[in-house]
Amino acid sequence: MTIRPGRIAVHIALILYTILALGPIFLILINAFKTRRAIFADPLGLPNGQTWTTIGFDRVFANSDFGLYFFNSLTVTIVSLVLIVLIGAMAAWALTEYRFRGNTILSLYLAIGIMVPIRLGSVSILRMMVELNLVNTLTALILVYVAQGLPLAILILGEFIQQIPKDLRDAARCDGVSEYRIFFSIILPLISPAIATVAVFTMVPVWNDLWFPLILAPGDGKQTITLGVQQFIGQYVTDWNAVLASLTLAIAPVLALYLLFSRYLVRGLTAGAVK
Amino acid sequence: MTDLTASHVQSTDVVPARSRFPIHIVVFLAPALAIYTLFSIYPLVDTIRLSLYTGDETGARSFVGLQNFSTLLTDPNWSGQFWNAFTNNLIFFAIHMVVQNGIGLGLAMLLSLPRLTGGSVYRTLIFLPTMLSVVIIGFIWQLMLNPLWGIAPSLLKAVGLGSLFGPWLGQESTALLTVSLISVWQFVGIPMMLIYAALLNIPDDLLDAATVDGAGPFSVFWFVRLPLILPTLGVVSILTFVANFNAFDLIYAIKGALAGPNFSTDILGTFFYRTFFGFQLQVGSPTMGAAVATAMLVIILIGVLIYLFGVQRRLQRHTF
Repeated sequence: MTIRPGRIAVHIALILYTILALGPIFLILINAFKTRRAIFADPLGLPNGQTWTTIGFDRVFANSDFGLYFFNSLTVTIVSLVLIVLIGAMAAWALTEYRFRGNTILSLYLAIGIMVPIRLGSVSILRMMVELNLVNTLTALILVYVAQGLPLAILILGEFIQQIPKDLRDAARCDGVSEYRIFFSIILPLISPAIATVAVFTMVPVWNDLWFPLILAPGDGKQTITLGVQQFIGQYVTDWNAVLASLTLAIAPVLALYLLFSRYLVRGLTAGAVK
Repeated sequence: MTDLTASHVQSTDVVPARSRFPIHIVVFLAPALAIYTLFSIYPLVDTIRLSLYTGDETGARSFVGLQNFSTLLTDPNWSGQFWNAFTNNLIFFAIHMVVQNGIGLGLAMLLSLPRLTGGSVYRTLIFLPTMLSVVIIGFIWQLMLNPLWGIAPSLLKAVGLGSLFGPWLGQESTALLTVSLISVWQFVGIPMMLIYAALLNIPDDLLDAATVDGAGPFSVFWFVRLPLILPTLGVVSILTFVANFNAFDLIYAIKGALAGPNFSTDILGTFFYRTFFGFQLQVGSPTMGAAVATAMLVIILIGVLIYLFGVQRRLQRHTF
């Protein structure tokens, strides 16, 4: 194999862009572990024996409920994802498997939510949540996120269900198995690979969202991590150690999960695009 | 249960019973339809309805027709802000279309080169910022560009461009561009991935045939690959459009609800938030907020319809 000069230029371009994409995140991570003096004197240097400190993290944990916010985000994201996958798969199954009057119209009706952002209904959503006494609860967030995530999930899961061979369910029907058991015991286990794809499109926006936590659950210890960080930084804006530490705490779990599962996420994204 | 015999007779037919709507279909569909209708469609419709009302301090509402919209578009207290937010949003969108989707296309072209070593590593790493919260990204860049910390000026100095540096996020003339570029930096991964997937789907035979026919790399790109990925570029454009005209988090995180300096970074999302919740001296108004949301809905729908009936139709005719 010969290395052509063109190839080297391609790699240089890609490496430069990668540095541009990761550099800022990397700088935040390394400076979070440095003393205030070192942050300003040598922002690009790695923390060493002299400059190492975790004082920022101590202050974050002392002055905010980071653990609680993290737990709130985790609860909202996981419950939303489970509901979206389960309810979405049921609907996708009904729409792809059975022919009935109104099928096309229902599919189109559900597709509205793919293009029209639910955020624009916030005025009424807030009114409803006030009436239902759900303000400052995680339930309010979960309900909204499920409604937001369902349309795309139904589209993706529907395409996936279509690829499952017909023989399986026909054989089951001949044996007199009920439609419910066909779905829950045969179809649901088979679509588990599609969950990775659905997760890309639902979990990430839910975890990262600022808008609905800000409007529906801004207090009472129901803040999600994104809102918690936003409120914390607003208060401690001049405390560089604390700001950098809180950012690092927000970045770290996503970073770890992404690097662990990036293979599936990237595959899901490109597969979803092929369509 | 008189129809028992009827359905029995029918079930011997090839077509299954359709006299009664099968209950299991209802069971499968009901949860999704209920949650989606209640918390997505109903609020959207109700918001449009609310935009036709006005409320006073007591909470009593009265129907005013399209008056909120004429206030929004013509009243000097409102229209200046609205059109400012709309124009800024258009600029925000234009920058994304050119820079974000341009770089995304470029990266996708490089990544789809045959037998590129480390391609998946580059893809994974370049996509990484997209996964993080917009709020976090906003704060990261606020620190990076902070003249106090001095990372940006010292890096610029290192490549000989030190004189270019200024408090970009604080100047009225550069704030919107800077905020847009931060957003571009974060979301470049999405067009890159979508276009990359489309490029991979182009059969090698087509490219080989073009090369055999004597087409250079540039002609292959311009006359073979680009036309074939036009539908994907259409999808990328409409996704960018909807996301941009719905954006809020980044501006709110960096500049707050006032979208300073002097509203130079105000877009429709932040304008909507201020109208709804109020700010400083102005009291928030749910009905005016609903009117702004409805205006945003109309703008997004116009974009989607142009895409569905203008762009997508033509592209499909073009490719087949």
